[in-house]
Amino acid sequence: MTAKYVGQPVKRNEDPRLLTGQALFVDDVHLPDMLHAAFLRSDYAHARILSIDTTAAKEMPGVVAVYTAEDLGDFWQPSPMIVQPPPTLEDIVFNPRPQIPLAKDMVRHIGDPVAVVIAESRYIAEDAAEQIWVDYEPLEVVTDIEKALEPDSPLVYEDLGTNLASHVRQEKGNYAAAAKKADLIIKRRMVIDRGAAAAMENRGIVVDWDAKTQHMTMWNTTQAPIPIRNGLAATLGLSEHQVRVIAPFVGGGFGPKIMLLQPEEVLLPWAAMRLCRPIKWIEDRRENFLGTTQERGQIHAVEAAFSKDGKILGLKDIFLHDTGAYNPYGLTIPLNTQTHSMGVYDVPNFYTEFKVVFTNKMIVTPVRGAGRPQGIFLVERMMDLAAKELGIDPVEIRRRNLIPADAFPVHHSIIGQDFIEAIYDSGNFQPLVEKARLLIGYDKFVTEEQPKLRAAGKHIGIGLAPFVESTGVGPYEGARITVESSGKVNLVTGVGTQGQSHFTSFAQIAAEQLGVAVQDVEVTTGDTDQFHWGTGTFASRGAVVAGNAIFAAAKRVRAKILAKASEVLDAPEEELELKDGAIRIADIPEKSISLGELAMLANPLRGAVEPGTEPGLEATEYFGPKYGTTASGVAAMIVEVDPDTMLIDIKKFVIAHDCGTVINPMVVDGQIHGGVSMGIGHSFYEQLIYDENGQLLNASFMDYLVPRSTDMPPSIEIAHQETKSPLNPMGSKGVGEAGAIPIPAVLAQALENALNIDGLELLEMPLSPGRLFELAQAAKNRD
Amino acid sequence: MKPAPFEYHAPATVEQALELLATHGYDAKILAGGQSLIPTMNFRLAQPAILIDMNNIPALRYIEPTPAGGVRIGAMTRYQTAERSPLIAERAPLVAEALPHIAHPQIRTRGTMGGAIAHADPAAELPAVCVALGARFKLRRGTQERWIAAEDFFVGLFTTLLEPDELLLEIELPPLPARSAWAFTEVARRHGDYALVGVAAGITLDDAGNCADVRLSFLSVGDRAVLAHNAIAALKGHPPTAETIAHAAAIAAADDIAPNADIHASVDYRRHLAKTLAQRALTQAAERASAG
Repeated sequence: MTAKYVGQPVKRNEDPRLLTGQALFVDDVHLPDMLHAAFLRSDYAHARILSIDTTAAKEMPGVVAVYTAEDLGDFWQPSPMIVQPPPTLEDIVFNPRPQIPLAKDMVRHIGDPVAVVIAESRYIAEDAAEQIWVDYEPLEVVTDIEKALEPDSPLVYEDLGTNLASHVRQEKGNYAAAAKKADLIIKRRMVIDRGAAAAMENRGIVVDWDAKTQHMTMWNTTQAPIPIRNGLAATLGLSEHQVRVIAPFVGGGFGPKIMLLQPEEVLLPWAAMRLCRPIKWIEDRRENFLGTTQERGQIHAVEAAFSKDGKILGLKDIFLHDTGAYNPYGLTIPLNTQTHSMGVYDVPNFYTEFKVVFTNKMIVTPVRGAGRPQGIFLVERMMDLAAKELGIDPVEIRRRNLIPADAFPVHHSIIGQDFIEAIYDSGNFQPLVEKARLLIGYDKFVTEEQPKLRAAGKHIGIGLAPFVESTGVGPYEGARITVESSGKVNLVTGVGTQGQSHFTSFAQIAAEQLGVAVQDVEVTTGDTDQFHWGTGTFASRGAVVAGNAIFAAAKRVRAKILAKASEVLDAPEEELELKDGAIRIADIPEKSISLGELAMLANPLRGAVEPGTEPGLEATEYFGPKYGTTASGVAAMIVEVDPDTMLIDIKKFVIAHDCGTVINPMVVDGQIHGGVSMGIGHSFYEQLIYDENGQLLNASFMDYLVPRSTDMPPSIEIAHQETKSPLNPMGSKGVGEAGAIPIPAVLAQALENALNIDGLELLEMPLSPGRLFELAQAAKNRD
Repeated sequence: MKPAPFEYHAPATVEQALELLATHGYDAKILAGGQSLIPTMNFRLAQPAILIDMNNIPALRYIEPTPAGGVRIGAMTRYQTAERSPLIAERAPLVAEALPHIAHPQIRTRGTMGGAIAHADPAAELPAVCVALGARFKLRRGTQERWIAAEDFFVGLFTTLLEPDELLLEIELPPLPARSAWAFTEVARRHGDYALVGVAAGITLDDAGNCADVRLSFLSVGDRAVLAHNAIAALKGHPPTAETIAHAAAIAAADDIAPNADIHASVDYRRHLAKTLAQRALTQAAERASAG
């Protein structure tokens, strides 16, 4: 029998290197003669550039070059759009405004790059950047997405004549007809503000142009090395094989690092080719706040129609989505919001419409959750409001509306982020709700504990919110697996790694097929010279899409092993077993051959082979799903609030989660832990605060509050359920964003329940102690 | 986030430091623990031409008893040293109680008592604690020394009576009166953050159980550490009951402070916190004084 690894909590292969400081990050790359770059970024959110004087900067000792848009000549081109709107969407407005290498004539947000200094050290580069004199003519600023669409609003793009970046309407069923039959209609406005990805490692690039070999190597913190390689080659007029992009260990991606051909990525290779010296740029934290994309800003007008027994008859949502000053990532986020606004519920009628709005703020692109937390927030809040209105227990009203287990696949007849109709492939929500309810101790808390605690003057409440997560989207990924003559297995895939434990979970998939130890599978990710087909690590897709490519490649290698071993050991394949790095005849254990020896035999140095024989024990496979898998879960929490200070204390947190086949439960738990902490951050601590001039008021970790361990619940209890996806052979679904998605919904519900103030509705995110105080005061004053 | 170029001096004695200050005073910054100055320089919000590093002057690191029963603390004493000092625990329990609220252990290992006073951040704990305790500070300029009371020393946002060529050398805490007790509390978004509001409270009881003396000071409610004179006057002479304390706390929040709004707290929320925290701190101090 082959050892079973899939499903086991195997310790991480990458940890010894990471924990002993032997993992290579971009900033660890030191090359001889390396130069350092610093960007001059706009201090204005909206201004015309009248002139730029770089004379003083260029004269400083140690400064090698200073470039502005003008210096780029014909190289100055808008970057290609990363994501186009789905061609399947009909009658939409879409005004593409991709990123540009350096601001020309106009800056459109704080942090818009205006010039780059290349110098002998980062110190000198920063000193010189201060000596660049830009003459700006400040213009009126647009920060508010509602005001941005008023006729007299200042315009981010004068040539467009509007701040409308996009307008999309979709409908499932007929909401208006459903609303006519409703016993209860609830209408609310909901507001979600921005947060940062705040990865531990900021962005960074080292680029080296070797003129003698005409070859470029770039180390980049990207989530998408292959698309960057292809894009750079095209931009620089090189062939793809002349460019190697390496995404080494990366300290967190969370979305913004999926961005392609950002100003820094385009300019530094160009400069390296001109200067024939390697260049390093490591984004510092302040720059990260000003120069790295953000997410979440939306304003919703939500309407829901219920029958008096609590059944949702329809949902209508019209929302504005803030895209910031450019929209290179198309419609991914608002489409995710649309396709997640029905949550786990059977919503027969759904009208959804959004307008994407340009503002003079940082560009918005997906950040862990990517539009999904907003959709879940609005539908879950509607469930809570309906429960209150109809006098139904909040868990009970959810039960009544769950999509039943036999309804899958569920077709939603609206287009989603992967350009086709949103479909829930599989799921089983009822037992998930029960698991979470039992884990949190819902019934006992509500009937026994809470009344006692309330009587003792405590303000303590409970919340429970289910969610779905579209994961594992296409188009495809690939993998190559090779058994080496040492007997070790080499596994290569194109996706990059930012902490997802790929070195372990990918190795588990291969090890199980090949009968080797997980530690003997050496995984390489994100090096375009090793594997050059693929898209990247995003949308909770690595384990699903790359994972199934690995599964397929491993199965083919296994078949090759068995065929070759059958020949060598002179035994039928059915009698062979792969175990402990060897192939043996099941009944005659002493008759065996090691994988390494077999690999050598499969790669003969002399002699003849049958025509058509492929050398080695190697296979390359690709996997592309028909559409994305739907993971799901139910989060529940008990939270206490100090009603005087409005500080909160999450006493208990549980989550029941279903990502289909679990490859490594420890890794899944880790992903959920991280997601939950990010969700808690974006719900109560982290908020990017722009003033009316478009200045970011908290561009540092002193004022932008990432939650710490002391702000987390004492533990995160997780229950796994495995409803296998029919869309891939492994039956797996993604989990990368899961933890972050339900937190705004469940926290709002639990806080409302804890504070128990008549008329207090928490319809915005993130909250804060100060904001809770204001909302509570307002509710009390209304009485 | 690299600082602008600067000239660096590391004197070995107070006299050398004073000489450097006499020469460069207006262009120089004193580097104590560096926990505020270095980030400010890295953001290029401060670009001092000259940095005078006090970390090589061992003579400024001490915690000693005063004959009167108080404590003298050398300006370069680290928070952590003070936090672990039995003398401070015994003679200045308010300081001991406040210190763990300052940032995080890593920062307290480096940050200094004198640095916090001279920096005069209105959101810092030590200035408010010194104001509550009636501490005084020893300053020196050339060979001239002077003593300034804490309440007079802080004159505005990051502004003190220190002259550009003057050094803060010592913090002197007075002895505690009999039947007195202290309490410190604050509200921060996360533990270790600058407080949204903080309160230091002290109560001295007379034989009848009335407040013979009351001390109440706030941090993060204006441009400097604030002594709540009106609230103090309201409670002095009265027994510290729930009602008198609530009344004094309400006066403090309404009349003694002039908080500003920022991204973390509105004026109303700050006043509300000031009232709540004053009530909690005064109650705790009163309980401790009665018990003690």
